[in-house]
This record gives sequence, C-alpha cells and structure tokens, in this order.
Amino acid sequence: MDSDLSPQDKKDLDKFIKFFALKTVQVIVQARLGEKICTRSSSSPTGSDWFNLAIKDIPEVTLEAKKALGGQLPGIGRSMCVEISLKTSEGDSMELETWCLEMNEKCDKDIKVSYTVYNRLSVLLKSLLAITRVTPAYKLSRKQGHNYVILYRIYFGEVQLSGLGEGFQTVRVGVVSTPVGTLTLSCAYRTNLAFMSNRQFDRSAPIMGIIVDHFVDPPCSNQRPANMGHPCNYRAPDEEDGSPFAGVQDSQEVCTTSFSTSPPSQALHAGKEGGVALAPVQPHGVDAHLTVEHTPNTPGSSGDDVGLSQSGEGKRDGGRRSDSPSDPVESLNEFTRKVGAFVNKPSSEITAASLDLPFAAFAPRGLESEEDDLMVQPPASPPCPSPLQASLHSQGSEGSGQQDDFVMVDFKPAFSKDDLLPMDLGTFYREFQNPPQLASLSLHISSQSMADDLDSLPEKLALYEKNIDEFDAFVDMLH
Amino acid sequence: MNCRSVVLEVTVEARQVEEAMLSLLHTILLHRSSGKFHYKKEGTYSIGTVGTVDIDCDFIDFTFVRISSEELDRVIRKAVSEFKDALSNSGSDGVGQISLEFYQKKKSRWPFSDECIPWEVWSIKVNVVNLANEQERQICREKVGEKLGDKVINIVEVINRHEYLPKMPTQSEVDNVFDTSLKDVQPYLHKITYQITDSLGTSVSTTMRRLLKDTLAL
Repeated sequence: MDSDLSPQDKKDLDKFIKFFALKTVQVIVQARLGEKICTRSSSSPTGSDWFNLAIKDIPEVTLEAKKALGGQLPGIGRSMCVEISLKTSEGDSMELETWCLEMNEKCDKDIKVSYTVYNRLSVLLKSLLAITRVTPAYKLSRKQGHNYVILYRIYFGEVQLSGLGEGFQTVRVGVVSTPVGTLTLSCAYRTNLAFMSNRQFDRSAPIMGIIVDHFVDPPCSNQRPANMGHPCNYRAPDEEDGSPFAGVQDSQEVCTTSFSTSPPSQALHAGKEGGVALAPVQPHGVDAHLTVEHTPNTPGSSGDDVGLSQSGEGKRDGGRRSDSPSDPVESLNEFTRKVGAFVNKPSSEITAASLDLPFAAFAPRGLESEEDDLMVQPPASPPCPSPLQASLHSQGSEGSGQQDDFVMVDFKPAFSKDDLLPMDLGTFYREFQNPPQLASLSLHISSQSMADDLDSLPEKLALYEKNIDEFDAFVDMLH
Repeated sequence: MNCRSVVLEVTVEARQVEEAMLSLLHTILLHRSSGKFHYKKEGTYSIGTVGTVDIDCDFIDFTFVRISSEELDRVIRKAVSEFKDALSNSGSDGVGQISLEFYQKKKSRWPFSDECIPWEVWSIKVNVVNLANEQERQICREKVGEKLGDKVINIVEVINRHEYLPKMPTQSEVDNVFDTSLKDVQPYLHKITYQITDSLGTSVSTTMRRLLKDTLAL
C-alpha cells in the first residue's frame, strides 16, 4: 500500500523508474554496437543527464523501449527485458543473452526516494556499464560485421529464458529497494556457443539444425510473431556535432539535478556512524526544477516494430581485438576458429589468393575495396523481396521466413563517393555478397585439377630438395 | 564503525600487471565517484555529470570502463606504475598487494591532527607468473580476461549491497568526505598503498603510504 508515499514522492519514483528503464536499454544496446563508448564528464549539470551519468540517447532505441513499455512501468510481474541475439549472414540466429529489469514485492518504506533511491539507481547504472563489458556477448559484438550482426529486442512482461540453451548463467547486476518494491537488474547469458565453434565456412554443406533452441515466441502480449529484433549498429552523431545529443526526447521532462545537503539520510542512518555533523533536513531533496507531467505514450502493443530501418552504419574499431599474426596460415586458422576474425585484419596483410589454401574463395571478398573497416550489414528489405533476401535465408532455416524485420535501407559504405566509380561501392558489395559457386570447387573440375596437382608434385619436391639449404637458413632466422 | 574490507586475488603475467590493476581500480572508482557538487543557497546542491570511457587492454582479452577524467586516470596510472616497478624489482616470484582505501577525515581540535577513518578498503593480491611459450601466453590472455570479468562481478556485487556510505556532506564538510581537487569528477577521499613480499614471504619494503590528494595539508 502506498499510503506512506507522498504524491510528490510517488510521482518522482515513477519518473525515476521510467528513465532508469530507458537508460538501462540504452546502456545495453550501446554496449552491443561493436564500438567503444566514450562520453565526457561535465562539472556543470545539464537537465538531460539522468542519474548524473553521461549516457547518450539513441532515438530509435528510446522509441523501441517506449513502445515496448507501452506507457507502463516495470512492476511486479511486469518485467522489462532486452534480448541480445546474433544473426549470421546465412540467416541463422541465436539468442546470446537476456537482460531483465524486474520488481518484486519487497518494499522499503523508509527509504528516501529523491535521494537514496536516485543515487542507488545511478550506482546500478554504473554497474550495468561495467557488467555489459564482461559477459561473453561483448566480445562477439565487438567482432560483428561481415559474418554476423548483433540484434536487440525489447519486450515487456514475462521473462523468457528458454532460448538461451542449456546451462545458461545468470549474473545479478544489482538491486535497489524502493517504497513500492525492489528493482532487480540481472543478465542471463548463454554459455553453450557450440553453434559458433562448429560452424565451418563451407558453403557446400551448410550445417543446419544444430541449434535446437532456436528463437521461440515470447508468451508476452505481443500479437506479432517472433521477430529478430533490431541491429545494434547505430552510428550516433559525433559529439562535435554542435548540438549536444538530446538527452531526453520528451522535452517536458527534466531530470533531478538538485539535492539538499545531507540529512534526508539522517533518520535513515541513525544506526550507522558518521563522522560529520550535519545541518537540519529538508523534507524533499528535489528542487522545484522538475516540471510538467510527461505526455502519455501512445498505446501500442509491447514488443518491437516491424521494419525498423537503420540508415546509419557504424565504423568498427577494427584491428584491435586480435594480434596480427605474422604467419598467414595461423591467421587463416584463426578465421576458421573464430567467427569474423578475419574482418579485424587490415586487408593488405593477407590476401587469400596468395596463400594457395583451400577455401581461399571464402577469404574476404571485396575486402580490399573496403579498407576502412566497414560495419557492413547484409542488406535486406523485408517488404519487397529481393534476390539478396533469398540468399540470407538459407533453405531449411526455421523461423527465418518470419524474420523479415531486419531491414537495412540506404546502405552507405563509408568514404565512398558516387561519382568516383561507375559502380557504386554499395552495389558492388551487394552483388558480390552472393557470388555463384566457384568453378574450381565443383566436383568434376576439382578432381581434374587434383590429378594435375599430383602430377606436378614430384617436380616440386625435387625443386624444394634442391633449395633445402635456403629453407633451413630461413627457419634458423625465425628462431 | 567497522571498515569494510574486500580482498581480490589475481594471477597474471608480469606484463599484464598494469592493465589488470588499472581495470580493477578503475571499476571500483567508477562506482565510488560522483559528479562535482555545486552548492547553492538554501542548502541545496546539484551534481555534475560523469562520463565513461571503454578501455581495451593490450595484453589481456578484456575491456573495462573507467570514469572519463584524465586527471584521475593519471593519478591511478602513476600509482599502478610504481607498484608494477616495485613488483618487478623484487624478483621474479614476487607477490604483491595493492590497496585502495576510502576514508573520511574527522576534524580534531588543535594540537591533534585530523583523523583519517577508513570506511572501505579494497585489497588486490597479485601473483606474478612466468610463462614458457607463446601458446601459454595466448591462453593466459584469455584466462586472465575471464578472471578479471569475475572480479568485476565481485566488485559490483559488494557495491550493490549498499552498505555504509558516508553521508552527503554540507558545503563546509565536503572536503572531509570527497576529493574535490579534480576539476571534472569527485571521487570519495581515497589513497592507494602497496606492499611487496618476495618469494620467501618476508616483506622487503614496508608499506609505502602515498597520499594521492592532500586537500588539507597541515
């Protein structure tokens, strides 16, 4: 019963919870963009920095979150969940983690809303920032690009963890008690990434059906079928844009920026010692800067939008994650072992053609022309079928027919100009995204070339034996 | 009042010491720092905004978040660098411990000097190992990354218990609780100390006390 909570406190608390939920979503999605986040501290507060943290607001993400919440707040039995999943360019998908903001009935009537709850929510957001870099999906998201992308989906209602496979782990980010309940923020993440490690880049025999715990329909009030969610690839405008990124979309909302000195906690911490003598209390910490009631969100079904288009592309911090091995064979092994590892290498270092290795055809195609580390999305336009879309959904992939919401419109590769080439770089990439089967890999021709190779083998061996000293000297040089 | 004490232990290669320490210390300070306070009349104050920066480690498969403050970063790096040098000078099997202590100042009457009362101490024990070959080093990169991730989760868990924190001070008392010398952020008053033991287990250097900020030097 909220009879102990004053109307002002109740209003403040609702506002805090609402913006906490929105900021939580922002932190999670931004942590899965694949880029390093950097924001500036500012000694003078602005009205838009909720919880005294510089967390940018990506408008699409806020929109999705508000839609999912549908004007409600996370409450008892109504959890807000952000689901992070991975989708390969072949159309396979896998849920990686689910972040849940839940509330239970355990109340703390004595806690001060405007002061203690606010500060604790701020600490919880900081913890979320730290923990989002620690779960396994972070490393995967930093390497996204050519082979797979990371998607997010927000839903409201009951938590669904069955898509995470067996043996998923849970980490609790933190709890904050409030007079209306206890908020808990946690993350359940998949540990069984067998799908990723077994996957070979062998187009002739795609390994399908390994994922037994595919996307399932959430039982929430969403009347739409399961959908993939939205790509985490938004490229936010730089801070040097001039206008600071609008922290709060609803211009009528101003966050708490003022507090009273000490004391609201004096009664609370009566039992605890402190060394500081304090001035008398003010009943409400919040200054009268808080303004008008927010306009209610347009009611919509909780769940995501179909066909959200992302027109920005991201620039990934390439080349950082893996060491650049000097041995080209090792690098090739690396890219069969790790997903998308080869996208980290500057293309000038290895060209597959020079390696004379099997599956050389699957080395970065067209990467030479994309030296500036594109974060490339396999473009797909769900409403109108395109040949590309057909290639994204390989046969037999379950549920992929419904997964048409992943839209990439206006593919703009970085640094490309239309007038430089007769063919637009984007068109080039799209065309070469799905090339025809390489002739040398078709069976009858390969057996022919195999015979030729075998014939030339004795000659090659003789040559190498002749030059054996040279090879030995080279090997010694490496030690 | 009892001081809360948390001990974390990590085993790393020599070249990973610096980044491992930075990651953990910065994670703690991220939670123990606030924006700058601006006191106004009528006993109210507003708080500045804290930014964050993702830092990728070069020798560990790990990324951590630190507060966006170059001044604070410099101070922490300096302390960690001294610790690392002391550790490497002590011998290859050295074990060391670096401590981050949060304290409050309590004013005393003259002639007694102010008391520093710690309310939270984080101790990070470091075991340095030597690895034989590149393959082991590669495995170590990943393993240490995972371990640091576990430590971050431990840190977050302790902090989110919301146990004792100093009360928010009035304007006249703020320097007894917070370090107000930085221009963009305001961490709680803290100091970093370290201790090195050699492989025999004896202390080769006594605890070196380094006050990072001395706002009320007498």
